[in-house]
Amino acid sequence: MDSARALADARTWAPHVLPQMRRLGVDSVPIALFIATFTGIVLALLSKYIFTGAVPMYFVGALVGKTIMMELGPVLTGLALAGRVGANIAAEVGTMRVTEQVDALETLAYNPNSYLVVPRVLAGVLMFPVVTALAVAIGVTAGWITAINLLDLSTLEFVKGLRLFYRFKDIWFGLLKAASFGAAVTLAGCLMGLATRGGAEGVGRNTTRAVVIGCEAILVLDAFWALVLL
Amino acid sequence: MIRFTDVHKAFGPKVVLAGMTLDIPAGQTTVIIGFSGSGKSVALKHIVGLIEPDAGQVEVDGQVVHDLAPDALSLLRAGIGYVFQFAALFDSMTVGDNIRLGLRRHGLDPDEVATRVRESLHLVDLDEAEARYPAELSGGMRKRVGIARAIALRPRYILYDEPTTGLDPVTSAVIDELMVRARRELGVTGVVVTHDMRSAYTVGDRIAMLYQGRIRQVGTIEEIRQTDDPVVRNFIEGRPFDPDRLPAAEARA
Ligand SMILES: Nc1ncnc2c1ncn2[C@@H]1O[C@H](COP(=O)(O)OP(=O)(O)OP(=O)(O)O)[C@@H](O)[C@H]1O
Ligand SMILES: [Mg+2]
Repeated sequence: MDSARALADARTWAPHVLPQMRRLGVDSVPIALFIATFTGIVLALLSKYIFTGAVPMYFVGALVGKTIMMELGPVLTGLALAGRVGANIAAEVGTMRVTEQVDALETLAYNPNSYLVVPRVLAGVLMFPVVTALAVAIGVTAGWITAINLLDLSTLEFVKGLRLFYRFKDIWFGLLKAASFGAAVTLAGCLMGLATRGGAEGVGRNTTRAVVIGCEAILVLDAFWALVLL
Repeated sequence: MIRFTDVHKAFGPKVVLAGMTLDIPAGQTTVIIGFSGSGKSVALKHIVGLIEPDAGQVEVDGQVVHDLAPDALSLLRAGIGYVFQFAALFDSMTVGDNIRLGLRRHGLDPDEVATRVRESLHLVDLDEAEARYPAELSGGMRKRVGIARAIALRPRYILYDEPTTGLDPVTSAVIDELMVRARRELGVTGVVVTHDMRSAYTVGDRIAMLYQGRIRQVGTIEEIRQTDDPVVRNFIEGRPFDPDRLPAAEARA
């Protein structure tokens, strides 16, 4: 298939992976950390509210840790990046399409899949887990700080809860999901971009589509991995 | 040699090419004229396989373009320079990188690449522009970079889509001169789409008029100048024109 051919053409895509990783990944860190911080705070407060009386308070650590690592970290980061990265890619590639830059690439004997799609998708697959890992770390930290300051929990108790049910799977499960979200979001951006027709309006339309498809794909994949791996 | 044989192409209900047949001989410059929207750009894109015909075929050097495997198509494209109507420069790259991108496909050593970039920019009189970005250039300058990008490849064929439209008369004359030299000195086979009759007479060996999806007439410059076909005559003389007022037999060609 064409995508296999594109992947084999490493000479074309290899030089573009690093710049794309920086653009798609590094530049997305602030928004991801922002979201994670507030998620961590809210989760800590919420678990205190849920557990009041019935459950030992150190369960706050367990709930914050598990939910952020396995679900909220990857999914919220993914959704935020679907907006940021998906829109960015679709608008860029779409503009190239309607200004005939994609045609120009082809006449210069480049395969647009090798040149445009492969480096972006690879960058997404590699960088979404990295950004997610940072978000998880910050989210848990925010939960911990909230717990010891506002919930009169000690660090010891929080960590006890955090370690109580922890399994290594919690980590790789979250990061694997993040990688699949990265593939889905960047692929949606590239394909919608390449399918753009008809000027600025078309670019706007397909950019929106790319974001919507990216978000939907994240939710579907999220359920898929839960069904298959849990 | 490029050969269109009974090429049909429609976009949805809109029929653009309806049995276009045309031979474009090697070593000459063939000019394609025709009204705006008559399908000249669409015809040009068939030559490099950017658009596939609904029926009929386009051959380049005996190879049917839409039947080629991806590698063979790449190889064919590497021998054809394409000057886009709106330049289609890569706007995230400098002018120099725009030109280098195509050259990188040709396995040249870095010195040769640098020389070609400089030479081709010199040819279009843009020596100073190498480090600038397309957004910083005027429309005419962008067009000239588009030409430089095609010429730098030293292709056997160059397809020019309205290379002089929107340029001032002096720059147009420079571009005309460039196209003439490309043919004379580099032996490039040229296909020039234009509405600019002055340019057509300067650069063309032959002129073909595309009208209602077919070639209405093709001939040498003299033959076209002396045509008695009312459609062609109206076009080259730039007279207001109403196809409904033609006698029915003539309108159909
Ligand atoms: N990709 C496309 N999808 C749909 N319609 C198209 C496409 N490309 C061209 N057309 C239509 O085909 C017709 C011919 O377009 P084309 O660009 O070839 O005209 P042209 O002869 O080059 O005109 P001009 O001199 O103004 O550049 C137009 O009506 C255009 O709307
Ligand atoms: Mg055109």
